[in-house]
Amino acid sequence: MAKGGGGMSLTLAFLGDFGEAVEFIFKERESVSGGVQIGGLAEIGEFTITHLQVSVVAMAFACAVSIPIGLYLGHFGKGEFFAITVSNVGRAVPSVVLLVFFLAYLGIGFTNVAAVLFLLAVPPILTNTYVGTRQIDPEVVDAARGVGMSDLQVVRRVRLPLAMPTIFAGIRFSAVSVVATATIAPLANVQTLGEPLVTPSVYGFEGQLGAAIVVTILTLLIDAGLGGIQRAATPRGIKLAGETPARRRWLTLPTRRREAAT
Amino acid sequence: MSLDLIAQLQTRERSGTGCVAENGFCPGWIADNWDRYVDPFWQHVFLTLTSMAIGFAIAFSLAVIAHRRRWLVAPVAAFTGALYTIPSVAFFFLLQPLTGRGNTTALIALVCYTLLIIFRNVITGLASVPAETKDAAVGMGLTERQVLWRVEMPLALPEILAGLRIATTTTVGLAALAFFAGAGGLGAVLEEQPLFRSNVVVAGGLSILLAAALDLIILTVQRAMTPWRRAAAA
Repeated sequence: MAKGGGGMSLTLAFLGDFGEAVEFIFKERESVSGGVQIGGLAEIGEFTITHLQVSVVAMAFACAVSIPIGLYLGHFGKGEFFAITVSNVGRAVPSVVLLVFFLAYLGIGFTNVAAVLFLLAVPPILTNTYVGTRQIDPEVVDAARGVGMSDLQVVRRVRLPLAMPTIFAGIRFSAVSVVATATIAPLANVQTLGEPLVTPSVYGFEGQLGAAIVVTILTLLIDAGLGGIQRAATPRGIKLAGETPARRRWLTLPTRRREAAT
Repeated sequence: MSLDLIAQLQTRERSGTGCVAENGFCPGWIADNWDRYVDPFWQHVFLTLTSMAIGFAIAFSLAVIAHRRRWLVAPVAAFTGALYTIPSVAFFFLLQPLTGRGNTTALIALVCYTLLIIFRNVITGLASVPAETKDAAVGMGLTERQVLWRVEMPLALPEILAGLRIATTTTVGLAALAFFAGAGGLGAVLEEQPLFRSNVVVAGGLSILLAAALDLIILTVQRAMTPWRRAAAA
């Protein structure tokens, strides 16, 4: 992409602010306030690694907690109220508000940011696991019991595979919002890709715009990657049936309406 | 320059009492400084309601058009879905070279985030109307337009308003980041003193209350507009 420094600036010059922002991503320069070198692939790379680290830790814990609970509640048909409440409360509390509450009361740092992202990631995964488990045709479950499966076997070999596309849609949705929210982690002194965004006195507008471009690309890549895995995780039978409930299921809330309507 | 002065004054004022100096939760300070939250709160309300109104107008029209031309559903959903995936903080910056800092930038981004949710819920709502109901309406001599507005739309209303509720609470949350676009709101106050507990509780609490209040209002409207569902439940 970047051949010669001069040629690149010339090509990018007519793109205006965006050209300068792209140059910021690829080439190191002196900071606005002077003294330190900023920008360039090395620094952007460091920010990206921290960004991914904090996001992956949060997602790993969120999956480990939400999927078993969602499967349990969905299998035994309990806790619909719990699942709905978690997802409603989760939506009503803005991510910044959650983050500053943690900052003000528990302090700054990697662990607290990861905890905030964890709390943001739980509701979509939990709700989707619950809905995915619950919406399976009861006759299929009856048949599984009929051939002598235990509760654990029904969950592991029938409910989990059939709910997989919906669960994965939840994971994908959570991952996108976690990566997006990790952008404001510098408010808690964790230097993710949001660092240039919150310190314009050092990075200037090119830096802010450059970081915004990288965050956007990163999020779109993660979304596309997880979308690919989601399709791969869909059991062949469901794909053949054509209807992929996951497509439109990823944010719907479990409501009592449908039962009432039929 | 004058900002620096104000900042100095604030520091001096804040270091006065023990609670405030320790960044604590101080009811006395909150009572004295209540006015500084009024303008950001109304700015937050303005951002939320304006973007919801514009977003609803766009998404609802798109859904009505796509309802009769099903091939439009997939591309519109894909496009609004892609917009929805762009991280909000980044979006607030990406628009700035084109629209500058301020309300315009914030509103464009916020509108973009409402589209997917509203479009999808209107489409699923309209699609979930039973075919027999529509057949009956056609059999009674209703035109296609009448079927849409008198039969399908009322029956889709719960789903549409459910989408509106999700979009509203989401928008309140995203508007808390609109300070990145230079549009103020409660997020701007939060970001000024993120470690001061009194500030965090008031500004954060107000944004949560706003989300809850708007949610409750739409829920009440939904109840009032769909009396037949209460009758069915009783």
